[in-house]
Amino acid sequence: MERISVFTGVAAPLKRSNVDTDQIIPAVYLKRITKTGFEDGLFANWRQDPEFVLNQPHFKNAEVLIAGSDFGTGSSREHAVWALRDFGFKAVFSSKFADIFRGNSGKQGLIAGHISEVDTERLWAAIEANPGMEVEVDLPAQEIRYSDIAIPFEIDEYTKWRLMEGLDDIGITLQNEAAIAAYEARRESWKPKTLPAKGV
Amino acid sequence: MTKPLTLAEKLWNDHLVVKGENGAPDLLYIDLHLIHEVTSPQAFDGLRMAGRDIRRKDLTIATEDHNTPTQDIHLPIAEPTSRAQVQALRDNTKEYGVRIHSLGDDNQGIVHVVGPQLGLTMPGLTVVCGDSHTSTHGAFGSLAMGIGTSEVEHVLATQTLPLKPFKTMAINVEGTLRPGVSAKDIILAVIAKISTGGGQGYVLEYRGSAIRALSMEGRMTICNMSIEAGARAGMVAPDETTFEYLKGRPHAPEGADWDAAVEYWKTLKTDEGAEFDAEVFIDADKLDPFVTWGTNPGQGVSLLDTVPSPDDFSDPSERSAAERALEYMDLTPGTKMKDIPVNTVFLGSCTNARIEDLRAAAEIIQGRKKADGVRMMVVPGSQKVRLQAEEEGLDQIFKDFGAEWRFAGCSMCLGMNPDQLAPGERAASTSNRNFEGRQGKGARTHLVSPVVAAATAIRGTLSAPADLEA
Repeated sequence: MERISVFTGVAAPLKRSNVDTDQIIPAVYLKRITKTGFEDGLFANWRQDPEFVLNQPHFKNAEVLIAGSDFGTGSSREHAVWALRDFGFKAVFSSKFADIFRGNSGKQGLIAGHISEVDTERLWAAIEANPGMEVEVDLPAQEIRYSDIAIPFEIDEYTKWRLMEGLDDIGITLQNEAAIAAYEARRESWKPKTLPAKGV
Repeated sequence: MTKPLTLAEKLWNDHLVVKGENGAPDLLYIDLHLIHEVTSPQAFDGLRMAGRDIRRKDLTIATEDHNTPTQDIHLPIAEPTSRAQVQALRDNTKEYGVRIHSLGDDNQGIVHVVGPQLGLTMPGLTVVCGDSHTSTHGAFGSLAMGIGTSEVEHVLATQTLPLKPFKTMAINVEGTLRPGVSAKDIILAVIAKISTGGGQGYVLEYRGSAIRALSMEGRMTICNMSIEAGARAGMVAPDETTFEYLKGRPHAPEGADWDAAVEYWKTLKTDEGAEFDAEVFIDADKLDPFVTWGTNPGQGVSLLDTVPSPDDFSDPSERSAAERALEYMDLTPGTKMKDIPVNTVFLGSCTNARIEDLRAAAEIIQGRKKADGVRMMVVPGSQKVRLQAEEEGLDQIFKDFGAEWRFAGCSMCLGMNPDQLAPGERAASTSNRNFEGRQGKGARTHLVSPVVAAATAIRGTLSAPADLEA
């Protein structure tokens, strides 16, 4: 995974709350078997409307999404994160994220940062006044900056560290090989095994 | 004396491999990993790219459900991308030596129906699957969670997951359900009460006399929809009902293992005096059949009620969500829920397509006539459920009624296969999500219980069994 520190990009407002993952990427786009190429599925139903924010020229190259509360609810599909990433987004900010979506983001190098509702409104107002404006996202300092304003965002320390180091979860876990093997050695014998198959 | 613990805390502690330090998550062991074709191809791809193998093939099982057709299953899957996804699963499981139940196999079906019926799902486990409705398995007193594809890869490679501890919430449901009111109505009422975000960060434990009185099927229906309240998992402490359901199933423990398991399982309950981070109370005596009017599962009311007005919501974001939902659903505030006509009735999904659900619906429709112009589709949760239903003659009852009797799969719950609603079509659906476009572009969904689905198919408008003439 690429290391993330500070970057600058166009911020797009998504002025809706409770954006579920079926809206982020409808189920019909989940059929690919590769890990990339999901950008056409991003908000596919909404993007059929020419007025939709990401269809507007100012936001075509947006890299930062400022969304309403309860972003990423519903289905666990990681494709929602891939679709955002493949479209070009590097960070999503909201006052509330669904747990699975937030977890998935951290694993794919997408920042899912908490900002307050007041700051969400502030950012939306700033973008509305200046469509296409760029913001500077500073992960180490946990700040979104534009003009001379700095908006703080929250992200858990561990995810932040992993994003900054570009670390792969599996590699970290495998450092605990001995502990995993020890756990397996004391696992109860009644616990189910799928093999050999029974009931077939 | 040791600190009293909740069921969720006990399960957590019993699976701890490494305690996280300095903000790192805990590392938990995973007892059972269920796989299907949609969220696994990229995980296998990741393994392959990193040159890793599956750590525990004997704790992993795959089935095909999301994309599979529910008729003409002997033919190749028509839609090329669906076919490719299913083929990728078959290729991957073959390459890595994972057990798979493919379309046409008697054990194929929706992953959350297959695990319990094989007896693989049992109390005291950690169960994961790349599907948010994995919470279903919590009905057995296990910690069962939906995970993303990166986590699927992680579990394949390590049989563990790094997880941050959750908060706990007790959902206390006391009393006795009235006739015609079922587990589905309980969970829809819970979600309406705490909202789609109310469970975020929590593991829910369903407790109380009304939960204890439920069958395993009913408990699975409730735990299944925990995710619709935003919760990471939902669970019910195991009891005699659980043991009775499990005993004799293909993978249930036997002999001394069974005795040891039951002894441990009996300890799997929240201790007297343990504290939950939050508690919710629902009065089962007063529950009516519950239905949704909007576009998220929290937008539900009693079937005896009317479509709400946006003005009924004081919270501005709820109000605007209601406005948008009413527009999408093409509903006028004040309309009686029972006056809403539907085009389609869908009896299926991991929420409500187990044998008990089919029996309950069949009992209502038997000897009655389907409303003109209403289409009813019955999609058993698994091929085993289908075979069992046929043995009991339920298929004939559905066919005589004019319903379509299909093969097992996720089907119209999410419309990844050809089973979709047309734009503007309205359905009473026993599934779990009424999101915009979920069952087909522009389609409108009302979530209902199996008996409400059946009564609705007879009257043509949203109805309870009590509305039917004797």
